[in-house]
Amino acid sequence: MEFFRGVNVNWLGWKWYFLAFSMIFSVAGITKMTLNWFHSDPNHRTPVPLSVDFRGGTEIEVRFAQPPDLDAIRKAIYAVGIRDARIQNYYNLQHPENHEVLIGLPEETNEAALDVGRTQVESALQTHYNQFNPATVVKVEVVGPTVGEQLKKKAVEATLFSLLGMLVYLWFRFQLIYGVAAVVACFHDTLITVGAFALWNREISLTVIAAILTLVGYSMNDTIVVFDRIRENLRLSRREPLADLVNRSINQTLSRTVLTSGLTFLTVLSLFVFGGQVLHDFSFALVVGILIGTYSSIAVAAPMLVAWQEWRAGQGKAASLPAARKAR
Amino acid sequence: MKTNLKNKIALIVAVMLLCLYGIFGIPSGISGHALLEAIGNQIHLGLDLRGGAHLILQVQVQEAVSTYTDNTVQQLQQDLKKANIGYSQVIKPDPLVVDPVNHKETGRPDLIRVEGISPAQSDAVGTLLGGPKYANEYEASSGADNSWTLTMKTPYENDLKARTVDQAIETVRDRVDALGVSEPLIEEYNLGASQILVELPGVSDLNEIERVIRETARLEIHPVDAGPFQDQQSALASVNGVLPPDEELLQTSGDLAGSNGVSYYLLQRVPVVQGSDFRSAVPGLNSNTGQQTVEFTLTNDAGDKFWDYTSANVGKNMAVVMGGSVREVAVIKSGIRDRGQIEGTFTQKEVTELSKLLSSGALPASLNYIAANTVGATLGADSIKDGVRAAVVGVVLVMIFMLIYYKGSGINADLALILNLIILLGIMGLSTILSRASGGGGLTLTLTLPGIAGVILTIGMGVDSNVLIFERIREEIRAGKAASAAVDQGFARAWVTIVDTHVTTIVSAVILFMFGTGPVKGFATTLFVGLLANLFTAVFVSRVIFDAHLDNLKPGEMVSI
Repeated sequence: MEFFRGVNVNWLGWKWYFLAFSMIFSVAGITKMTLNWFHSDPNHRTPVPLSVDFRGGTEIEVRFAQPPDLDAIRKAIYAVGIRDARIQNYYNLQHPENHEVLIGLPEETNEAALDVGRTQVESALQTHYNQFNPATVVKVEVVGPTVGEQLKKKAVEATLFSLLGMLVYLWFRFQLIYGVAAVVACFHDTLITVGAFALWNREISLTVIAAILTLVGYSMNDTIVVFDRIRENLRLSRREPLADLVNRSINQTLSRTVLTSGLTFLTVLSLFVFGGQVLHDFSFALVVGILIGTYSSIAVAAPMLVAWQEWRAGQGKAASLPAARKAR
Repeated sequence: MKTNLKNKIALIVAVMLLCLYGIFGIPSGISGHALLEAIGNQIHLGLDLRGGAHLILQVQVQEAVSTYTDNTVQQLQQDLKKANIGYSQVIKPDPLVVDPVNHKETGRPDLIRVEGISPAQSDAVGTLLGGPKYANEYEASSGADNSWTLTMKTPYENDLKARTVDQAIETVRDRVDALGVSEPLIEEYNLGASQILVELPGVSDLNEIERVIRETARLEIHPVDAGPFQDQQSALASVNGVLPPDEELLQTSGDLAGSNGVSYYLLQRVPVVQGSDFRSAVPGLNSNTGQQTVEFTLTNDAGDKFWDYTSANVGKNMAVVMGGSVREVAVIKSGIRDRGQIEGTFTQKEVTELSKLLSSGALPASLNYIAANTVGATLGADSIKDGVRAAVVGVVLVMIFMLIYYKGSGINADLALILNLIILLGIMGLSTILSRASGGGGLTLTLTLPGIAGVILTIGMGVDSNVLIFERIREEIRAGKAASAAVDQGFARAWVTIVDTHVTTIVSAVILFMFGTGPVKGFATTLFVGLLANLFTAVFVSRVIFDAHLDNLKPGEMVSI
């Protein structure tokens, strides 16, 4: 069986459509993030909803034997003196019988009393839900301001360092312009994925950062496969116009690109559907990221190479091909 | 079959057997249940899968610096007296203040100042401070008004802080061991300065752990300067409104014997006996008053010091301080050496815990916990179930697709995929075995829920390598090459790309491992190990299978791809 035999698509001819497509999604994401920024709490400005591990605060996941009445819980918690709790049903697609409720408390700036909220909620649940509808606390997360801040810093650092690490590697293996094109493509993917989190109002957690870094790696892979082919073709036929050569390279690797992305998408989709609540945001990032990552290696990275060369030619500088270093 | 090929196959089988041993160990039986149990024993699960508590503690290292300089102040006073140097006072000009609300530490506990030296003796002080006793730890400088200032040297201060954190880790470990938690992890937390990470599998009651770990048994005995006072204002009024730098104002915890309600005492800042001076402590009961007591013994040095102090101060008051509040105030009736009894407003639980904590060693500084989370065992079990189901569905779908799309070669890819998973889990299991063999040392690779996601992603990566190779082989066949030449070229050409894609992903896995914590570290682990395993299976193993297959082909026959 074979899906793509002798495909001959003029990808670069579509570059303005690609640009428009990328712009629409990037701008939508950026707009939503800007709106979020101005609508968020002035003390903790954030462009995307953050999970408790970054935001700080308390989150308690409770399982009930029977479907609980949220208002009753709210009253019980109000009665022990907590006024600003967030109480919501936590729908678990795989296990609807669990009747889970998520109770969130805002960040406690008093580190000495970090744990007071949790203790109060737990005792309130104990007094109100011991017999008829026993409540079990299945998960607790208490994060103080110090930890939240340092985690945020580390997450940003990790993302930047991994992009930088890849840039250096590509610089070393190919040429700077290849590295730059690949990193721009990855940045594009990250922006759109984070934008998707803003648009869908999903929370970014540390695990989601891990997913974003993975999709950066993935998108980089796709880009490298295309670049490798461009480099190989450059050595074989030096006279062919770069645009044609890039088109040919994309077409030659198209089968692989689509197959791999399709298969990985399949596994990630199974993670999204069957992987349970905890991994939902994680797999959401990957589902979006893999689609975008595949697209960007064809529609962003490769056209950038050509655009750069055309720009150089326009400047009257060496109109030659970007001299790729030899493989190996 | 060529010998070369046979050797390669032998190698693959050996790796597979080793990894199977890594996954299952030596199972007690071959029933499904026994095998599952064996896996559970071999693969080290993260807290999010097995359930447990996770805490991050901040060590208030400035306290240790403060304690150290307190001792130096005493030492210095003695040395100045011995050298017959007149001075008005030795003080800490900017003592440590810990905010009770956010535990922020302010002040410069690393500074000591000697004031009121006669100008003629200033040089003598300089010689003393520049001498071997102080010069290692402090920088001395003379200041205005005939004073000298000692500043703790930065390398020494950093060293002291590092030692404090190490000591706190040891103490916490002792206490956790006393709780009876199996396989606890207590180590320095690399995301922030002077923080400790504590992971306790199977523990879900945060209250108990926190009490044992955090409620520091910083039990101290301080000389009382004045008190009791009704409130803070009257206490401050007695010292003209300004607290002298060598004194502190503490409140009592509830009623003390013979008084009503909370009252306040002015105490000497420097304790006579501090936490590390206690050798042991046993709970007891005063049969006359019915109050809980702690009977303690002190170390020899501390006993001598306590004897000197108590003999010289008979009739004065001293206060027992724990957790920042006064628990008992007693009159010194006679000299006490290394044995004593504390009687105060303790509950029985406090007394039992206190004695346990004092025996396990005192904390060198207070600990505050700045983050905590727990995962119940049932939630962990659910996560395992969900994660494994997603993985199985993903693998099966991918394998079916490969079979349909690449026919005969699909079998090859599927075999490589299965072996990839065996190696991945095998290495994780082997790391547990190795680390157990070396007595807890060595790196145990941990499987977390994001780690399971990493396994699933590895499947995608693994297939990617095979797809790259197979597509190349197809191209070569289309170009008219014979079977063996096509396979040869396909592998050679795809190899370059495979290296590049793997290196970039390994870069991000390594960075994640360095920056990540708990669950994310687990993700980086499986991704990293999976990628390495994949280089072996997709490139080496899959090649061997092709070679074995090519050997059996009739001349002119094509590979099924």
